Formats: sequence, C-alpha cells, structure tokens
Amino acid sequence: MNAPYVVALHAVTKVYAGQVHALRGVDLTVAGGELLAIVGPSGSGKSTMLHMIGTLDRPTSGTVRIDGYDIAELSDRELSALRGRTLGFVFQQFHLAPGVSALDNVAEGLLYTGIPRRERRERAAAALERVGLGHRLAHRPHQLSGGEQQRVAVARAVAGDPPLLLADEPTGNLDSGAGAEVLGVLRDLHASGTTIAIITHDVEIADWCPRQVRVRDGRIVADHGDGAGRPAEITKGTGSGPPAEITEEARPDGRTEITTKGGRA
Amino acid sequence: MTRDQRLRPSRLGPSDVLRVGAAGLRARPTRVILSALGIAIGIATMVAVIGISSSSREQLLRQLDRLGTNLLTVSPGRTLFGEQAELPAIALDMVKRIGPIHTASATGTADTGVRRTDRIPEAVTGGISVQAATTELLTTLEGRVAKGTWLNAATERQAAVVLGSEAATRLGITRVGVRVWMGGRWFTVIGILEPMPLAPEIERSALVGFPVAEKLLGFGGHPTTIYERSREEAVEAVRAVLPRTVNPENPNEVEVSRPSDALAARAAAASAFTNLLLGLGAVALLVGGVGVANTMVISVLERRREIGLRRSLGATRGQVRIQFLAESLLLSALGGLVGSVLGALATTAYALSRDWPPVVPSWAFGGASAATLVIGTIAGIYPAMRAARLSPTVALAAQ
Repeated sequence: MNAPYVVALHAVTKVYAGQVHALRGVDLTVAGGELLAIVGPSGSGKSTMLHMIGTLDRPTSGTVRIDGYDIAELSDRELSALRGRTLGFVFQQFHLAPGVSALDNVAEGLLYTGIPRRERRERAAAALERVGLGHRLAHRPHQLSGGEQQRVAVARAVAGDPPLLLADEPTGNLDSGAGAEVLGVLRDLHASGTTIAIITHDVEIADWCPRQVRVRDGRIVADHGDGAGRPAEITKGTGSGPPAEITEEARPDGRTEITTKGGRA
Repeated sequence: MTRDQRLRPSRLGPSDVLRVGAAGLRARPTRVILSALGIAIGIATMVAVIGISSSSREQLLRQLDRLGTNLLTVSPGRTLFGEQAELPAIALDMVKRIGPIHTASATGTADTGVRRTDRIPEAVTGGISVQAATTELLTTLEGRVAKGTWLNAATERQAAVVLGSEAATRLGITRVGVRVWMGGRWFTVIGILEPMPLAPEIERSALVGFPVAEKLLGFGGHPTTIYERSREEAVEAVRAVLPRTVNPENPNEVEVSRPSDALAARAAAASAFTNLLLGLGAVALLVGGVGVANTMVISVLERRREIGLRRSLGATRGQVRIQFLAESLLLSALGGLVGSVLGALATTAYALSRDWPPVVPSWAFGGASAATLVIGTIAGIYPAMRAARLSPTVALAAQ
C-alpha cells in the first residue's frame, strides 16, 4: 500500500445551504484491512461522512484524503476516476437494473474502469462466486430474494477489487435473516483483506464490527475497537429488525441519550 | 502527501456507449415505440413525398424518352394586324425539303363537326374537330392504330374517317365499320387510334384524307399544323429555319413549338408542389423531435438514482452526458429507420397503383438519416446536460 491510510479525514466540516452544520470538524483515519461501522442516529451526519469518504461531495473545510489523494486537488473527472478505481458502494436500496441478469448488473460495475467487456463479465462471475451466488448468474433481480439482491450489489461493489468498500445501511431493507446473510458476505470479504466501512444507525450491526465510530451532531463522539480484528458472531437477531433500534429523539439539543430497546448495546 | 500519479478516467468504447444507450431504451419499450413513432411519421412523410414525386417524374421522363424530343409542330400565328394567319398551301412540301427532316406531315382543320347521326343538332360538336390529315401523319407522330386501319392512298379519297382515341370515346364508338355524320353526309369509321401524349389535339380529332376533305367538307387546303421529325441533334437548327421556310414572305406569322417541352415542364412543375409537402413533413419531423426531447427529459428525471449509481461507479459527467445523447440518437435513429421503410413502402404502393416505376432516390434516405441524427442530437442535448449536471449525492437521494 502506497498510502498509510485508505481514509484520512482531518478537521472536516460541511455546511449546507441554510447554515445546516452537518459535520463540525471530524478527524478519522482508516487503515487498509479494517472493518468499521460509522454509527449514529439519523441527522447525526453519518450520511454526510459517507459522501465525504465516497468523494461524492466536497467538504466545506478540512482535508479528505482517499487512498492518498487529497480530493480538494482533484477535478470532477479525476474524482470520478478515483471512485471507479478505489471505491465500491453498496446502497440500502440495492440499485440493481431491473430486467438485467445478475451477471450483467455486476459487470456494469466495471464499465467505467476501462476493462474490456469480456473480462468484465469474467470478473463479474468471479465476484458473484465470492458472494455465494455462482449459481444465480442469469437470474434477474425480481427472481432473487432481498438478501440475494443485496449480495449481487455487494458483488458489483467488489468486482473491481477496490481498496475500500462503503456500505450505506446494507441491511436496512432486509429482514434479519437476509441481513445476517449479507453481513456474512461482508465478514468473508473482510477476512480476505477488503477494507469495509458500514454506515448504519443500527447499533447491533455496529457492535458486530470490530471497530465502531459513533457520530452525533456532526462530531465523532466515540471511536473504539481495533478495525483489523475479527467481527463478532452473527446472531439471528442481527439486522434492522426490532431488537435494537435507536429512537429518534436525539436531536437537536445535542444532549439526548440514545435509548435502545433490547439487543446488546 | 499527494500521489504524483495523475488519475485519469477510462474512456468508454463506442460499443459500450451504444450498449448503455440501448439499455435505457430496452427498459421502457412502450414509451420508446410511441416517441419513435413521431420521428417515423415525419420521416415517412418526407421519404414518401420525395419518392412519389420522383416516381412521377421518372414516369414522365421515360415517356419523353419513348416519345422522343425531336418532334416540332408548325402552326399559323397572327398577322401584324392581329388576325389569324394562314400557312401557305405548299408549306408541307417546303418543310420536307429541309435536309435533316426525315418525316413531315400536316393536318388542316375542316370547318365542320362530327356526329353520331343526322338527328343531332349541328351546335353539338362534342369538342371534336374534323381534320384533314396526310397519310404520313401516323408515321410522323409514331402513333399506332388501336382498331381498324389508318388512311392510305385509296381511303384518303373516300368518305372514310379515322377517329382519335378521345374522339372515339366521346362519340361512344368502340368498333370500326359504323357510320358517323360529317358535313352533311355519312362517313365510315375505318380506324381508331391509340392515345398520343405528344399530340393530344389528334386524340380529339376525326381524321379524313386531304382530297376528300377538299371535295366534300369545304376544306380550303391550307394546313393548320405541320408535324415534323428531324435528327435529334439538328432540332434547334431546324427550328431556326422553319418559319422562313414555311412562309418566306411573313416568317413572323409562323409559330413553332416542341410538344415534348410541355411534358418536361410538367415534370418541373411537380417539384413546386413537392416542396410544399416536404415542408409539411418537416413540421411532422419537428414535432417528433419535440416528442423525443420530452421523453428524454422525463427519462432523466426518473432515472436520477441510476445516474447517481453510475457516478458512484466512476462515470464522469461526460460519460453520463454521452449515455443520454446516445439514447436520444438511438431513439431518433429507430424512428428514422422505421420511417424510411414506411416511406419506401408507401411510395412503392402508390407508384404501382398508378403504373409508375417506383423510385426513391438514395439522397432521400441520406437526407432522412442526416435529419434523424440532427434531431436526435438536438433533442438529446438538453436532457443529457441535465443528467450530467446532477450532483451524485442529490441523484442518490432521489426517491
């Protein structure tokens, strides 16, 4: 690895129009091979952190380095190239093209990397194999379960072997069984060396990760655990099901408590 | 620390651009068909208009080719005092002495009418004129007899008449051997002619021999029209000397015309009408283009999440732009292709129903392709710019 950190945020702030302070000075470093959760209630700024780390948006101040590149110095074209090469995204809503086979959906993820089409399809098949869907290459999204659809999306994100995988509420649309299935895939990818950041409001998933970064009101309030460690066992209840949900009365005075119901939080 | 190595986005190959553009269309077949239909109607109109007018012109040109353009007619003009002039009685013999002329003949209008029976009042002429004709007339006009025979050295002295095709129709005569009432006595119909596009006045005539016309119909012997054919390359030279040859005293009282010019003028006149219809086709095409632009704008609005996803996968703004441009171009090209085929089919069907040779010039197809490409590009530019300007975070947050 050429750079010491895959992600390095330094004093990052983000102010949206109307004086909404989404991030109020965030420092965060992620080394290669870590598995971490960025966790916080809605409105905490974790989505904005995803946008910063994913180079989808630029900070108001502070520096964001991804894979060693200072994104402030990059043009829109260079940022696009950086995303195509360095980052893989998994979204809550899967974002699979309807009517297109799993194989082609995954291959589409490599479209902007300059790899010839035939090799894209070969790599896509290999990526689907990695997430345990080698037998579902020709299935269309509507023929797959929710968990399988999200695994296709994970395969699309990792098909190009990006140094960093960003998962935004990857289990948010899934029941607990399917959520566990997706987390199992992420655990295996982590075990084989992929750096993974999961953005979630679900403390149970956060606790499952070896490193947890807790965000509240645009600041990091806690950061503990060793990202290089092994994730916890996946219990049947892991996922966005009822056992562990953060209630929403967290904002805006900044002093609220997180109350969780059930779970291990 | 910043890396020295510059990041450069990979280029999207042409086949990938096409695939991505086509994928967007495949996802919404109904809408694609409906908006391509607008373009198709416009293109079909233009191709059919061009095709039908080309077929009609081709028909006229082939007819001209068949009939020849070396036929000249000589007729009396007006005197200096504005009275109807007369051709000298020996005009035909004079014309025949002009070197390049290989055949010449004359007709002279007799001042009488032709009727089925003597019971029909004289005022009813049916628009049919009675003409004295020399026996060479059929050769000069390259006409043919549909039924019966043409006048010969014997019948031109008898009470025998040959009817032009139109004259026969108006008189209701379909066979030879019947009698008609001319100049106060019966004439026997011995022949009916086929149509003569170069000499429509003959089609509307009842033709008798010069001798019998002078004897029985009070014809003065002055020809009213002289027809002649010369070598093709000498037509202009012949045309120049004809007035002085026909009437050396008053060459200004002689009118010379070229019947094939009328057909050629008809071919040219058709194009004015064609331009009007082409304008209508262009309006249809414009409306089709607006339809495509509308479809594309809606498509961009609906597919914001896809755009966001592609940006997260590493697509540059330019690549998003080209994706939607390609989609718009494909949509419009699809319409153009269907329209060209429809236009060609319409042309063929119409031409065959009129017995014309179906002709669609290749430039019509070239123009159709060019028009669809231009329309597709113009219709696609604005939606593609909108798609490219969309910020990735806004696009991904879209519901």
